[in-house]
This record gives sequence, C-alpha cells and structure tokens, in this order.
Amino acid sequence: MTSLATSAPWRVLDGFGRAVQVASRSVKPRDVDELRAVFAHAARDGLPLTFRGSGRSYGDASIGEGGVVVDLTGLDRINAWDPVTGIVDAQPGVTIEGLWRRILGDGWWPRVVPGTMRPTLAGCVSMNVHGKNNFRVGAFGDQLESIDLLSPDGELRTLSRTENTELFRAAVGGLGLLGVITRIRMRTKKVDSGLMRVRARSGRSLDEMFDLFEQHLPDADYLVGWLDCFASGDDLGRGQLHVAHYLHGDEDRDPSRSLDVDKQDLPSSMFGLPKKHLWRVMRPFLRDPFVQLVNWAKFQKARIDDGDTYLQSHVAFAFLLDYVPDWRLAYGPGGFIQYQVFVPDEGARSSLRDVLRICQEEDFTSYLGVMKRHRADDYLLTHALDGWSLAMDFPIRDTSQTRWRERVARVTERLSERVIAAGGRFYFAKDAVLRPIDVQRAFGARKLAEFAAIRRRLDPNHQLTSALAQRVFGG
Amino acid sequence: MQIKKAIVVGASSGIGASIARQLLAEGADVAIVGRRQAQLDEVAAGKMRTYAHDVEHAAEIAPLWERIVADLGGIDTIVYAAGVMPSFEEHEYDFAKDQQMLAVNVLGAMAWLGLAAARFEAQKSGNLVGISSIAGERGRRGNPGYCTSKAALSTYLEALRNRCSRYGVNVVTIKPGFVDTAMLGGQKLPLMISPERAADESIALVKRGTSASGFVPGIWAIIALVVRMLPSFIFRRLNF
Repeated sequence: MTSLATSAPWRVLDGFGRAVQVASRSVKPRDVDELRAVFAHAARDGLPLTFRGSGRSYGDASIGEGGVVVDLTGLDRINAWDPVTGIVDAQPGVTIEGLWRRILGDGWWPRVVPGTMRPTLAGCVSMNVHGKNNFRVGAFGDQLESIDLLSPDGELRTLSRTENTELFRAAVGGLGLLGVITRIRMRTKKVDSGLMRVRARSGRSLDEMFDLFEQHLPDADYLVGWLDCFASGDDLGRGQLHVAHYLHGDEDRDPSRSLDVDKQDLPSSMFGLPKKHLWRVMRPFLRDPFVQLVNWAKFQKARIDDGDTYLQSHVAFAFLLDYVPDWRLAYGPGGFIQYQVFVPDEGARSSLRDVLRICQEEDFTSYLGVMKRHRADDYLLTHALDGWSLAMDFPIRDTSQTRWRERVARVTERLSERVIAAGGRFYFAKDAVLRPIDVQRAFGARKLAEFAAIRRRLDPNHQLTSALAQRVFGG
Repeated sequence: MQIKKAIVVGASSGIGASIARQLLAEGADVAIVGRRQAQLDEVAAGKMRTYAHDVEHAAEIAPLWERIVADLGGIDTIVYAAGVMPSFEEHEYDFAKDQQMLAVNVLGAMAWLGLAAARFEAQKSGNLVGISSIAGERGRRGNPGYCTSKAALSTYLEALRNRCSRYGVNVVTIKPGFVDTAMLGGQKLPLMISPERAADESIALVKRGTSASGFVPGIWAIIALVVRMLPSFIFRRLNF
C-alpha cells in the first residue's frame, strides 16, 4: 500500500437516513494484517480513521471527513460455529443476516437483533444495539463472550466480562472510537422452531398502550409497539402492540421445515409489485396528508385485528425494516433523521405524551413511531435504562443545509430538553442532531470523562474519530 | 447564482487566468493553481490564493485539494482550465507529446474533478466546470493527440453530468473555438475571441445552472454541427 493520503479511493458515504453525507477516502481491508497496515499508513500520513460496517447507523456514526473511512465488510468470515454450545466466533464484518443463515438450520437464533438484518456484528457491538426483547435479555453486548480489539496504541486485547472488564464496558457501545473489533465471540439462543407466536393488540391512547405493554411484560419474549404519531387529543399515542413468544417443545409439529433457512426469506413482492421498486411507488406519498391517512388506516386495521394470534417466522417478525428494499430512498433527496428517546419508567407516560405533543405543536410529526421497553445495563455510554423508548422518523424536506437544520434543531432541542428533564438518554445509532451540551447532560460529565480517559489511553495520538464524535465530543 | 468560493486549476494564463480574474471581480474568494508561481502571483495581484502545482504530479492532488478547500472554508465552484497543445508538424509522431497531453488535459482533469464531484455530490450543490474544446468533436489530422484528449475530456464531463446532476451538481462543459491565448502562439484565426470574452461567456454558461455543454462563442455550435455531419471520406481530405 502506498500513501493513503495520495492514493486511497474516495467515496460519497452517507448515514442510513441520508440526511448526512460526506466525501472521504475509503479503504476496505480484507484481513487483520491489512487493518494493521491501514493504522500504520494513516498514522504516517496524519489521517484520522473512522470505522464503518454496513452503514446502518441512521446519523453520522460511520462517516468522517478529512480522513479515511475503513470499511470492515471485507472481514466477513465466520471463524467457527459450534452447534452444541451455540457459540459463534466471527470476524467483525459478518452481518446479522450472515449469522442467522449459518445457525438457524442447527436450531439457533441470534439472541439480540435490531429491526434489520444488514448491520455487521462489529457495528452492533459498537453501537450496542437492542432488539424488541431488550426488556427481557438486554442489549447486544449482553450476549458477548468476548471481543478482540486492535487499538491505535498497537495492542490487540481480548475484552470480556472477566478480562479487561473496564475496556469491555467502554468498547461495547464505544462508537468505534477505542479501536477496531477484529473478532467477536458470542452466544446465541437455542430455538425449537423457526416460528414465533405473535399476538396483535391495539390501544386507543398512550395510556392504553402502556397498560398493554405492562400486561404482557411478565411473560412475553418480544414486545414492540407502533404509535400513530398524528393522532391527537384523546387519541394521542394510540397504536398497536405486537407480543411474541418462542414456540417450545412440540408446539411446532414440523420444526425441520420452519428451521429451513429458505423458508425464512421475506416475500419477494408486496401488493403484487416487485419489492425492489416499491420505494419508487411510495415516494410521492411520503407527505404529511398521505402518511396521516396511512397511519389512520393502520390504526383502524389494528382495531379490527385486536387479539388476533398468528405464527410468523423469526425473520418476518424481526426484520420489518427489510421488507421494502431501499425504503430510505422513498424519503427523497433530503432523506430523513431517526431520533430515539429513552425515558425512565417513572414518569414515562407523561414524558412520552409530551414528546408526541411537542412534535405536533411544532407541526413536525414523525411518520413512524416505535415504542419499546428497556432494561438498564452497565456499559459506559449506554443508552439503555429501566424505562421506555420512542423512535421517530422525521423526513427532511429541504435539501439546502441551513434551512432544515434550523427547523430540525429547534424541534429536537425542545424534545431533548424534555427527555433530559425526565432523566432520559439518547441512542447514537439513531442520532444526527444532539449537541455536546445535550450529551453531557444526558450521559453525565463523569461517564464522558471516563470514556475520554480510556480513549486517550488506547488512542494516544487521537487517530480515531467520526463525524458523530466531532459533533458530540468535539473530536 | 453567486459564485463565492472557487478553485481555478490552470490559471496562470489564458482562459483560466481570465476566469479567475472575473470571478474575483464578481466578489468570489478565488484560489488559483498553476505550474509557475511567478505567473500565478501576477494573475492574483495579491487578491487571490495561489498554489504552485503541476497537474502531472497526481499524487499531490488529493492533499492539495483538501488544503485549498480548508483555506477557502468550503467550495462551490471548480474550473479545470489546465491544458497543453504542443504543435505537431506534418509527418511527426511523438508519443512523449501525446502522453503529456493526456496527462494534463485528461488525467489531471479526472484527478481534480473527481475529487470535486465527490464533495459536490455529498453537499448536493456545486459548479463543476471543464474547459474542453471544439477540437474534441472530430479527430483532425493536425493534432491527433490533442483531439483525442479533448474528446476524452468532453466525454468524461458528460459522464460526470449524467452521474452528478441528479444530486444537484451543475456540471458544465465549455468548448471554446479559437481563443487568442499563448496556446495558439499569436496566430490570427477566423472567429477568434479574446480570453476575457471566453471567460465572460463561460461564466454565463455556468450561471445558467442547467448543467450545460456549450460552445464559446455560440457560433461554433453551428460549425460543430456541420463538422460532425461531414462524412469521413470528405473530412479526411480537409486540412484543418
């Protein structure tokens, strides 16, 4: 490899929401030796490094300007899979999809998956992603046996709950700022069937949605709520809850069929249309009046379906975001931002009610509202807490940078203020707007100082950064 | 449309120098790039940022691009005006001259404009301008390498236009006819215009904001049309 500064290829890279894009050098190493060479060459050229997996973080976590973005999807081998213990040993660029396709036939499923199967395992560790079962099994980090972390100080360390514990707690959810994950060993979950029993419920208000969640919390394996963010007045926060349970024992009469990987695939067409073109059909309709109508219709359907129970494959239940390929393009050239707020259980009803109201007051209503229950964990920059989250999608209409930024900033500052007042937190994988002051108040100066100290130790010359780190930590 | 922060590559003389002066006069912060510092200083007259660089040194381009963009505090326009046209005598075939033309007229353009295209695509705006030539319309016997280089540049710019205009980038191809610059060595040729006029018309084309490809002056569009339509068995008998 010659100089990265002069010869590395350039790419335009975006966050998944497409509201943030930058042009930067991009390299794709194929093994750990090439990764080490990238570290060495970047250090010699004085170029900062940013790590990127599948680019599924919605905001600016996997992009960086003025340096080199290191694409880790080239390191995509499963080193070892043990169908007896359910422990997988994988390279960082293996995706959730690559993992489930390998293990499902043996009767295993990833313990924690986000709403899409595209992210890499290292990306999931670095953002400490959660699933619809966060309240039950914790976040992605909780299933890890260990990770290997190669840091700019030249050390390759194994981190786990028993080895380098402090670094483990910092690197899980460490935003890729402490080093590059070169190897992941994690537990998976034994399943007796490739299907789950799903029950649909509907709530006519936010209070009813909370009540339904609480009713099903003691025994559900997965819980996820959809909210109609356009509904106001007495209907504010109305929506639908999906409650899912694993099938056990002989509840599935033909598990060999349901565990067949090919039987898990998502349908290739929807409404008779080939799915790959569906986003084009959706695009003209992603406007407030249409989306309001769709939300209304979806709620009416939810009322009719209330109480229905059906069987659904793991893939169909887990990966809703993969139903429509390239759906993010339907938002048009401005893209969208996703913004997820976490509030403690105590006072959650009032906090989320205010969040929905603020959006409506500002005429900046989320096109999609997703509600989840969470539990606390001990990772240094964790977003999880014993409480609730609401994820929202805001379309960005105006592509001229300053105007939309002003509007988004005004609304999200109000929302963040309310969330921080409630003792809440935010999720960096779904952030493009937080300011340093918001982050300091939400996460606490002590934790941020602790993280900064670990960064200085592992990355003494400040080689690792990202647009996210520049925005919220100043570097 | 107001041009606020511009880089002109190949601005030490000719059309590039005139474009740089005019952009400055219109209030832009202008960075000029050329081989000879003394000539850059003369063009800049203390009012532009100057960067001595030979576009044949491709390894310098990405770091220099980043430095200039940082110095300007952003960028909305790049003009690639660097070009060479060594003369060829009848019966002469000189690969060294051909290679230099491709290096300066084509590869240098691809190196600079490719970086600009990436940035402009990401920022969803920007004017990306290449000074090509009427010479790229047909392969003339007088200077095969030059015609080849300008045809390549015109095609590259067309492809960039097709690639980037959907992201809000204004990709403009300027195809001058005869312009009274050092490149033509003081010859007096029909329809010849001054570099200042070529600059005026080029900037007007850029400001149209329509990702245009245009001849300067416009009369060359008609000539080009005729020249393109001439059958080969006639064209090969012509001496221009």
